[in-house]
Amino acid sequence: MNDLSALAVAVPSATLPLEVDSLVKRFGNVTAVDHISLNLSAGECLGLLGPNGAGKSTLIRSIVGRVIPDAGRVTVFGFEAGSAAARETLGWVPQEIALYPRLTAKENLHSFGRYYGLTGSKLNEAVAWCLDWAALQDRANELVRNLSGGMKRRLNMAAGLIHHPRLVLMDEPTVGVDPQSRNRIFEMIEALRDTGMTIIYTTHYMEEAERLCDRIAIVDHGRIVALDTKEALVHNAFGSSSQVLARFEGADGKVAVWVAEHGGRMADSPTDSTAQFTVQHPSEIAALLDGASAAGLELMDLSLRRPNLESVFLHLTGRELRD
Amino acid sequence: MVSLRRDRGSLVLSFVVPIAFFSMFAIIFGSQHDTVGRVKIIVADQDQSRASQQLVKGLENEGSLVVLLKPAATKSQPQPADYTAATAEAAVKAGDVSVALLVPQGFGDHPIAFGGGAAGPAIQLLYDSSDQIAPQMVGGLLQKVAMTSMPATMAEEGMKYSEQYIGSYTPEQQKKMKDGLEQLQALQSRQDAGGAAPAASGASGDGGIIAVKPRSVVGENKNNPILSFEAAAVGVMFLLFTASGSAGALLEEAESGALDRVLGSRIGMTGLLTGKLVFNMLLAFTQLTLMFVWAWLVFKVDLPSHIPGFVVMGLCTSFAVAAFGMLLASMCRTRAQLGALSTLLILVMSAIGGSMFPRYLMPEGMQKAGLWTINAWAIDGFTKVFWRDLPVTALWQQVSVLLAVGIVLFALARRIARRWEYA
Repeated sequence: MNDLSALAVAVPSATLPLEVDSLVKRFGNVTAVDHISLNLSAGECLGLLGPNGAGKSTLIRSIVGRVIPDAGRVTVFGFEAGSAAARETLGWVPQEIALYPRLTAKENLHSFGRYYGLTGSKLNEAVAWCLDWAALQDRANELVRNLSGGMKRRLNMAAGLIHHPRLVLMDEPTVGVDPQSRNRIFEMIEALRDTGMTIIYTTHYMEEAERLCDRIAIVDHGRIVALDTKEALVHNAFGSSSQVLARFEGADGKVAVWVAEHGGRMADSPTDSTAQFTVQHPSEIAALLDGASAAGLELMDLSLRRPNLESVFLHLTGRELRD
Repeated sequence: MVSLRRDRGSLVLSFVVPIAFFSMFAIIFGSQHDTVGRVKIIVADQDQSRASQQLVKGLENEGSLVVLLKPAATKSQPQPADYTAATAEAAVKAGDVSVALLVPQGFGDHPIAFGGGAAGPAIQLLYDSSDQIAPQMVGGLLQKVAMTSMPATMAEEGMKYSEQYIGSYTPEQQKKMKDGLEQLQALQSRQDAGGAAPAASGASGDGGIIAVKPRSVVGENKNNPILSFEAAAVGVMFLLFTASGSAGALLEEAESGALDRVLGSRIGMTGLLTGKLVFNMLLAFTQLTLMFVWAWLVFKVDLPSHIPGFVVMGLCTSFAVAAFGMLLASMCRTRAQLGALSTLLILVMSAIGGSMFPRYLMPEGMQKAGLWTINAWAIDGFTKVFWRDLPVTALWQQVSVLLAVGIVLFALARRIARRWEYA
């Protein structure tokens, strides 16, 4: 795991798109955000991963200025979060479809543009850019309530970018959309990254974070428990080790005893006889196979798996349900 | 059943509203079985004769009338003068009372109009034709009072007629009649001092024993006296419904997350609410304008002659109802709650505020309660404009109240809307 304070001094603070310093937010007895510190460099895409109730949304809302912190400070391009200047530079794509269903796509964009003070040709240009970016030109005059789920999601994102912000917060923008729409949304975000926009991306999908984000912060119990690139996170959590999954014939206690003696653990299900071992080098697999054979266990299946972001996530946040 | 129990809005609409309304109507109309509504009238006695004073005293003793002989004392006028013909007429025009009686000079010489024709000047009954009940009631009571409060006057007048048409009495007859008359006058004085009127013998209407000349001083040239009242009364009620429905857009925005998004933009909560207030106010004003234009085109309500008053009252009323809608929307959590609360409040306000039936039909307590509603002030203002033809300056009271109500309600709405602002 990285030293977060060391990361914070890497870039001159005055130019940073986002600085979060020892942020604390409590709701009654619950500490939703617990001394979080976080800095973002210009053009960076940071992924925020965490179980439900980890504090991601409170962190995002603190950055938008919709939550008043109990302690700590948040600045956006040097401006206090929630100030008029900070709002100007910030775009927010909420998780909900926060649109007016009885207005058309174009009318929605016009409305949100006006809320940011855009008028005349500037507003028209911004609306045209958003429709083009979201690939909704041919549905511009369709009522939002008649659009498909994917189209609504894309429009929801476009509405957060109508004023051309320099930092965008995206809160699970792909929830409930089909694979085609997700892919289209990835392309839209990649296009934004190419323009040098700074992005914070909240998601439950590991592959999205892996594909889109330069760095990933894993949040749990209101704290950032890890923050680094994907490769560094995996390396920090598992080193160079790999996981070996071995499935044995039968599900009796003999298998479990032998697995425990060899440093492995059985899968969570009691009816399954799949065991999981951590090896530093693939050559260790041969010894495992020999040992199983000597113990009289019949091996049905064997696979080698490199740890990924999901492994890190489960390793750091545990497997128990949070809902 | 479970769904209904969990939907408090529907529950309230289903059970509480009907009971609330039944109770309200029972209070308004049920009370009239027990107590007769007291009608406030002005009496200007220009004659000051014994007969006129007896008549006034008789009217004052009448339980169903409140007789005003002079305006209420104020700081600037601690001892106001008695009403004159001019001030009495002005008071009716201003809507202070619905009826004024002018007892003319010379009334006492020939107070009784035997045979339907008056030998002396007739009492003038000035009335406001927007109140169709009070003039009838006062006219009847006037005849009753003449019968019961002025027996000596009637006898005296009978003797005069007798002498005029039959011939002079002998001195002996004259003495007997004089003695009888004195006894009658003494009896009448005792009754007056006791404050109780003799048993009623029934009121007569037209062609009674006192000559009465009714004259409408408000609305005499109107096409239909009740139309402009109805336009205002119904209009205000529907403005309240429209305003609360339109303000409910705020709840939809909060529910969808659009409100969060808007508040994350340049617009603050005050700006957002002010924008909605202005929109809802203009919407209400447009609705009111359409209604009065329709009333003008189809029902001949005279809108063109009252444009300034209409605009002033229309804008003030629209402001107050828009603020009312904003307050309701900010108080409620869901559309269903808003629907239930607004229906309940608006129907109650409309019932006691005069949108469903004129307030002068209600008991005095209910009339006073009506002053807590937007409806009552708005209807009073529109009535002043369209019915009494009063200038815009005469609307200061209604304008002040409606503006104050609007400001207070909007300030409350802004205060309550803080719950959406920050966590």
